[in-house]
Amino acid sequence: METLFTPFASLGGGMLIGLGAVLLMFGLGRILGATGIMSGLVFAESSSEFSWRAAMVVGMILAPGLIFLMTGAMPELDVPVSPLMIVIGGVIVGFGASLGSGCTSGHGVCGLSRLSVRSIVAVPTFMVTAAITVYLIRHVFGV
Amino acid sequence: MKLIYALFTGLVFGVGISISGMINPAKVFNFFDIAGTWDPSLAFVMGGAVIVTFIGYRLAWRRNAPLFGEQFEFPTNSAIDARLVGGSAIFGIGWGIAGFCPGAAIPALGTGRWEVVLFLAAVTAGFYVRRLFTPTQSTKKAA
Repeated sequence: METLFTPFASLGGGMLIGLGAVLLMFGLGRILGATGIMSGLVFAESSSEFSWRAAMVVGMILAPGLIFLMTGAMPELDVPVSPLMIVIGGVIVGFGASLGSGCTSGHGVCGLSRLSVRSIVAVPTFMVTAAITVYLIRHVFGV
Repeated sequence: MKLIYALFTGLVFGVGISISGMINPAKVFNFFDIAGTWDPSLAFVMGGAVIVTFIGYRLAWRRNAPLFGEQFEFPTNSAIDARLVGGSAIFGIGWGIAGFCPGAAIPALGTGRWEVVLFLAAVTAGFYVRRLFTPTQSTKKAA
């Protein structure tokens, strides 16, 4: 399934993602990592650790609705894989991101910007394994 | 006030995820499918996000403390170990299977799509599986 090349929307959206990360650092002094935010909610150790993460998640969830109000359409979202693949992929994502202490937002956006050596190792690692996985699924197994 | 600020931060991040295309698994797969229907858009997302975060973090750190906190908090772990590399490699495999990463899936909940609920439930299950394997590691410092 082809998708349109959208350099301007992607650059602009990426800059807003960065702005979100900067605002969180400026306001709360924290790294914006979705894995940390999610696991901090699931395994909350105190109500103060829970509440700011919950508020952030509410803000994130409101975003597509705001896009709908402004443009009249929800953001485009196509899931070209089966529910089984979503479940298998999801469990692997949760396991791996938790073990590796971060995902695309925490290591990718925030870690690289901090010049964290751990993130500089993590990001190429998960980009390469993701590309190999997509190659194997699409071109070797032909799913 | 802190929670309203956190909610706004999440909203900015979520709007960025929505308009950048990160929210769309079809686009994620095509970003990695260099040998097939390649769509390089998501490189612009990462580029835009890192440029803004790199500069913005350094502006934020000119203050002694965040607006609503006592200090800026960073992950203390600096080890390049098997957990980091293995966890990141595993995360990439899951990302390549499902097409969602946590930071894209949380805002995607706002579209009301059931696939997103399924994915995030599976990610949460993956967190629990990881804690069964390595119960001593704290998730608090997750980047």
